[in-house]
Order: sequence, then C-alpha cells, then structure tokens
Amino acid sequence: MAKHHVTATVNGDAVEFLCEPQETLLDCLRDQLGLTGTKEGCSTGDCGACSVTVNGRLVCSCLMLGVEANGKSIGTIEGVAKGEELHPLQRKFLEHAALQCGICTPGFLVAAKALLEKHPDPSETEVRYWLAGNLCRCTGYDKIIRAVMDAATEMRGA
Amino acid sequence: MQEKVKDGPGSEFEYVGTRPIRPDGVDKVTGRARFGADFALPGQLVGKVLRSPHAHARIRSIDTSAAEKLEGVKSVITGMDFKEQTSEFIPAGEMMVNYKDVVRNTMAREKALYEGHAIAAVAATSATIAKQALKLIKVDYEVLPHVIDVVEAMKPGAPILHEDMYTAGVEPAPKTASNVAKRVEFVLGDVAAGLKQADVVIEREFTTQPVHQGYIEPHACIASVSEDGQADVWVSTQGHWIVRAHCARLLGWDVGKVRVTAAEIGGGFGGKTVVYLEPLALALSKKARRPVKMVMTREEVFRASGPTSGAHVRVKIGAKKDGRIVSAEAELKYQAGAFAGSPVQPGAMCAYAPYDLENVKVVGYDVVTNRPKVAAYRAPGGPISEFAVESVIDEIAAKIGMDPIEMRLKNAAKQGTKAAYGPKFGPIGMIETLEAAKSHAHWRTPLKKNQGRGVASGFWFNIGGETSVSLALNEDGTLSLTAGTPDIGGLRASLCMMAAEELKVPLDKIRVQIGDTGQLGYNFLTGGSRSTFSSGMATVEAARDVMKEACKRASKLWELPEDAVEYKDGAVRPAGPNAGKHNPMTLKEIAGIAGKTGGPIVGYARINAAGAAPSLATHICDVEVDPETGKVSVVRYTAIQDAGRAIHPSYVEGQYQGGVAQGIGWALNEEYIYDAKGKLENPGFLDYRVPVASDLPMIDTVIVEVPNPRHPYGVRGVGETPIVPPMATIANAVANATGVRFTELPMSPPKVLKALDEARAKGTAKI
Repeated sequence: MAKHHVTATVNGDAVEFLCEPQETLLDCLRDQLGLTGTKEGCSTGDCGACSVTVNGRLVCSCLMLGVEANGKSIGTIEGVAKGEELHPLQRKFLEHAALQCGICTPGFLVAAKALLEKHPDPSETEVRYWLAGNLCRCTGYDKIIRAVMDAATEMRGA
Repeated sequence: MQEKVKDGPGSEFEYVGTRPIRPDGVDKVTGRARFGADFALPGQLVGKVLRSPHAHARIRSIDTSAAEKLEGVKSVITGMDFKEQTSEFIPAGEMMVNYKDVVRNTMAREKALYEGHAIAAVAATSATIAKQALKLIKVDYEVLPHVIDVVEAMKPGAPILHEDMYTAGVEPAPKTASNVAKRVEFVLGDVAAGLKQADVVIEREFTTQPVHQGYIEPHACIASVSEDGQADVWVSTQGHWIVRAHCARLLGWDVGKVRVTAAEIGGGFGGKTVVYLEPLALALSKKARRPVKMVMTREEVFRASGPTSGAHVRVKIGAKKDGRIVSAEAELKYQAGAFAGSPVQPGAMCAYAPYDLENVKVVGYDVVTNRPKVAAYRAPGGPISEFAVESVIDEIAAKIGMDPIEMRLKNAAKQGTKAAYGPKFGPIGMIETLEAAKSHAHWRTPLKKNQGRGVASGFWFNIGGETSVSLALNEDGTLSLTAGTPDIGGLRASLCMMAAEELKVPLDKIRVQIGDTGQLGYNFLTGGSRSTFSSGMATVEAARDVMKEACKRASKLWELPEDAVEYKDGAVRPAGPNAGKHNPMTLKEIAGIAGKTGGPIVGYARINAAGAAPSLATHICDVEVDPETGKVSVVRYTAIQDAGRAIHPSYVEGQYQGGVAQGIGWALNEEYIYDAKGKLENPGFLDYRVPVASDLPMIDTVIVEVPNPRHPYGVRGVGETPIVPPMATIANAVANATGVRFTELPMSPPKVLKALDEARAKGTAKI
C-alpha cells in the first residue's frame, strides 16, 4: 500500500512523515514522530487521552487521519512547557496532586489549556463541562478541577 | 517499631504528613513518562489476537496455515504453544491460582468460554498485516448453549462450562458436574437463636452487575526473547514479579531467564494483577526471534479482561428496638466469569466486618458463567456484600426510628472485637469515622426539594507480603532508593518521604525508582492496599540499615566502639561519654570515606511485611432525584476514612475521591449488557459510561488517623476501602429522597423512573 507524504508543524517544529491512509494522527504522532506523550485510551473519541490541538482547535487525535494533518499546525503535550518553565497548568496539577497514574494527564492539560486560551475565567461548571470529554478513573476529578481553576486565577494575574 | 506513633496528626515529623511535589510528577505533566505502550525496540513486530465470536463453543480445529504464509507474518501461536498444566491451586499472594485455568484463559484450548476469549495470535511487520492474518485463521467451532446470569448458571440443567467441575465445600461431595465451583461459610454464634430475640427482622435480595476497573490505559507490553532463551518484558502491570512467575510457568522457562520491567502504569485497580498479553508476546517473540509489541484495544479490554463479579445477594438482619443487631445472615452468589475464582470469600468475610456481633452466618457461592474471568477490582468482593448489608441496616434504622449513625455506633467493631471470619481486631477506626461523620457539617445541612441523604460504612482488610527495597548511598552523599511495587498513585513520593524522615536528609537528595525483577529480591504486587504499607516498612528498614552502616564506618575512623556512635539529626556523632569528641559527619562525609572503610554503603530490606491493619470508612452523600426522568445526581459527598497515618495527605485524599467516583459509577450507571447470544453490547466508553467531570461534585474528605501500631509510621493502607461504602450510601440517599428502596444496581434513570411510577401508583413515593 502506497504511503502518503505529510508535512506539518508540531509544537512549532516542521515535521514530515510517511503514513498509510488509514493511520490516525494519534498513530502518526506516536509511531512515526516518537511523540508518545499523547496517549491512546479508546481510539473512539470517548476518553480524551489523545487530545491535541490542530490549528488551535482541540481535537481527539484518534478521530483524525494522519493525512489530514498535512499543512496543519499541531500542538501536543510535549509543547506545553516553554523551555525549562512549566506551564501554569502543569505546575498547578503538580501542586494540587491532580494526577495519580498520570495516563490521562497529557490529555487533560492540552484540553484545559485550550479552554483557558478561549475562556480565561471559567466557572467550576464550565470547567467540568469542557473537560467532560476527558476521562480520569483515578482522581474523581476533584483535584483536577481545583488545579485548572487555580491556574486560571494565576494566569489572569488575579 | 512503634516509637514514631504518637497521637494526633503528623506534626512531630519533618516530612511525613506534608504535601511535597511527587518525584515522578514532572515526567507525567510533560508527556515524558513512559507507559506500557510507549516502549519501542529495534525490529519490533506488532502482535494481534484472534478472539472467539461465541460465548461458548467447542474448538474442533484451528488452521493457521494461510496466515503463516502471508508476507510479513513472522509467527503464529495457538493454545497448543503452551504446556498443559495440572489442576492444583497454588498460593500466589492474596489469591490462589490454578495454572490449569490460567493457561486456558491466556489462550483457549478445547473450548472458547466467552466472547473475546483468545484463540490464536500473530506477530507481523505491521498492524495492517497482523489484522489481515487474523482473518486468514480458520477456526471450526461447535457452538454450545451458554449461560450469562449467575442465578441461571446455578440451576440444574444449565449449560455446564467445565465438565470436570464439582462443587467443593459441600457434604456429601456431589456426583454431577456443576457451574458452582465452591461453597464457603463463615459462622459465629447461632443466628436462629439470635433471631428469636429480634424486635425487627428485615430480609432483602440484591442484584449487582459486573463492573470494569476502567483504567484509562489498555493492557500493553513488549517482549523480546533472544536466541539463547533470555527474555525481557516491559509491561504495564501492578506486579512484575507476578508477571515473571506466570510467564515462566506457562512457557516452561526458568524464572531467572525472564526479566520484567514495570512501565509507568495507567491505572490498574486490581485489573492488572493477572497476565493476558505477556505470555503471548513472549511466545510470539521466541518463534519470530524479534521483539513483539502488543496493545489491547479498548474493545478487547472490555471483552477479555477484568471485570469484577456481578452478584445476587440475600441479607437477613434481626435487631432489637434499641438498635442492637442480634442476628446477621447473608447468602452471596458471585459470578466468577469463565473460570473459578470470584472474590466471594473476601466478600463473605467483609460482609459484617465493621460490626461487633454475636450471631453471624454468611454463605457464599463461586459460580462460573460465560463471561470474561473476573479480576480483582479495588476491595474485591467487599463492595457487593457490604452494599447489601449497609442497605438493610439503613432500612432497620428507619423502621425503629433510630439515627443510622447511632445504630452503627451501637454495633461498631472496636479493638478486641472478634470478627466472624476469625481474627480479633487491633486498634481500628470504625467508631472514629462514625463520630467524625456525626459531627461533620454535612450531616446537619438542610436538604432541598427532591433531595435525600444517605450514610454507610465500609471495611477492607489490607495486606502486607513479600517486599524488597534497596537504598544506596551514592559517592556524593545523595541516595538512590529502589522499590519493587509499581507506583500507581504517588507511592514514590511516600517512600521518599519516609526515607527522608528516617535519615533527616532533604527529599531532593533521594531519587527513587521502581526496579526491575533483576534488581531486587521478590516483590509481591501492588494490590491489597499494600504498597505504602509494605514498601514503606521496607524503606524504613533499609534507611535504618544505612544509618547503622554509617555509624559503623565512622566508628572505624574514630576508633570508637560501634555502640559509642549514633545517627542523629542527619549526621553521625559520637554518643554518650564520647559526645563532642569528634565533629559530626554528614552522609556526604560518610560517603567520602566509604571506600577506605569497607566499600559501598547500601541499605537493604527483604521482608514479609506483617501487621497490615484494616481501614474503615463512613461516607455521607446527598442525591437529587429528577421526578420526571429518574436521573439521580450526586450533589454533595463526604468520605471519612481511617488512614492510620497519611504519609502524603494529598494522595490519601486522592484515593478516597477516586474510590468514591468509581463507586458512584457502580451505583448509578455502569453495567455490562449482553445480547441473547452472549455477546457484550457495550464494549466501549460511549456505552459503558464511567463518571465524567460534569457528573460529579467536589468530593470532600476527612482523614481520620488511628495509627497502626505494627507500622513504623502507623500506616494502614487506604486504596481499597473508599470504593466499599458508596453504593449503599447512594442507595440509602435515594431511599431517603424517594421513599423507594433500590436493591438492584445500577440505579440508572429508566429503572428509577419505573420504580417511582410504581410507588406513585401505590402512594408510597415521596416525590
């Protein structure tokens, strides 16, 4: 089966890869580009572990084909920290102990970052509904929601 | 060992009881942490499994020849690639395993016993080719009648899964095969005599559905077997020594030839204490002479792994008007899935464990059905039996007009209570959690329209077990701590804190890792809420070993007897009459003289951790029931639990909150739905819906600390108890809100609405 040549930007870096037409963006990120921070939990768009941004929009990378990434700008968990400095969301997740096993954490951080970029002052209910597409089986969400609200407060300079 | 145990929270400690950032945290928020599916090896193949489409079928033949010929296919295996095993139950930590069953669950031999049962596996150069190859495998099945329901499976004439299964534990021994693997019984006193004293007797039957552990990371591993038979496995597991033992046994290899490395694990909850893919990947790799990576799809996770039992439970409790329980009976029928081994025994032992009772009789049945073999799930067995018991206690309290917390206090187990399952309890926190519930603001806050409040308690044993830890003093005075119990929820943080507390060194001077099976002696798995307890106990022992050796080295340098030197406040000092004769030496300075005073300094602990102690909890919950749709929403939740000692309180709270969330899913929504052919209809997170962020409120926690005198810091183990009380707490709250008692889980909107409509017709509904 002929592979397709894809060029895209991932976390600001130009990348290119070959992929089979049925391969998902998630497969390409993990298997072709070695970016294993994006996780596969279900491959049906129900768990959010594979959350990335595509041209700034939050998507489940398991529901998008790799070939569709051609010419697009992709953001993954590996691009959330800036140099040595963690993103406020990353810091707040650590301070609030908002992760236990950590498998859902990259997806939550990417999704929460997308929320705060769009809506810097969300209510608790808004955070809960925005993150309803990200499953966590360990924490009961309590500390995740607190971490996101606290990060939002800090980022607003409040 | 008790010198650190004092009353009150851990303020006397420098590190224990504080909330530092976990040492593995940065890797987990940056995507750097490597989970089971994140490993890759040069030349690796992709392994895929062919699974049975039938719930019950005899396998007449399997033809793999066409698959083997497909270009890119490097190896194909079936059940015949594994040795037959004799039927004998072998202790494997807290569970007994029968390798005759383990080998058959890993890959079917004469029969497929559930839809999703592994039949064959292939390794190929790509996932696409592996999937094509599976389609080329021809299996000739003789489809057999199947049975899914536990009560149906016990009836005479039910389809029999195992022709050689005769119910154990009944006299006289039965002469016909049955789906009932065994009967267990725990008796204390005389329930019939107790019943005669009762003013109130309530008997109810309950049904619970199987629920899946629901870890977000599917099972994943990569295996590599060299030409000389040395094997390596990297795997997401709760116990890599257990993986090693099972794989070596199933493949007939020496244990020492197999090295297993535990990847970061994306949740387990008991479901990653058994093997599924690992023996297949090893067998495929051995044949192909290349590394083989295998990852389950979510659908495979649902069809072929876990869950915990669904069950049918009958409870009969008699009490006096003053609330004293005088007779307590339960009959538990737990479905085990396709092979014997449901958690009915722990379920029977837990049923009345929170209470100090004179007359108890609990009978349990372990029943096979054509479903995936159940695996441990957080306090395996306990949530089912305790849901039933705590529901009936609530009903009795209402009937005699007694506050449900008072009724529990009246019967609460305490130090010295003899449990129906045998032991006498040491210090336990049942009364303390009930008192904390009674004085919590939640218990007194007024409810709104359509709301109800429930309370329930829960018990889990906790275990210790075999554990090894090493603590190496590095040449610059920093320390390397190696433990062998996989860290699922903050273990490494807790171990570092206990080591730092002992040595009085800053946390960031200790780097902690989970060692592979070649680096330490045997470690039993992370399960039974044992890892902070057991690896913590071993870490303390290893730290004391380092301190002792440091003193020995300084005594050599100072030419003093060993007992004239002590380790205090982070340094070695001359003690007693010699105090002040030499300047204290820090660990850094001791590390500097290690070479010339005897070589490297390594603390080591190899223990069978004894003295694990039960953790008790009392939960309070408010629900709001929508009278039009039957939807139950949890609007407020408070979990109160005895931790013994919270080493890192944030991760203790996290255990409470996570267990509650899983319990809410179990109570309100999660269930397996089978069609008439025995096929699972909801093998995905869309239709098997676990709680999401918008379903839940904040979950308040209260950490009660009744220290465990058998642990150096008083730890009990906290991970499992939190899932025990929620189902009854919620059912009691729903009964309080609606006037309808629900005895069937999940309390999903259609069922609640139907029951409300029936109650309205009878005039008994409150909403």
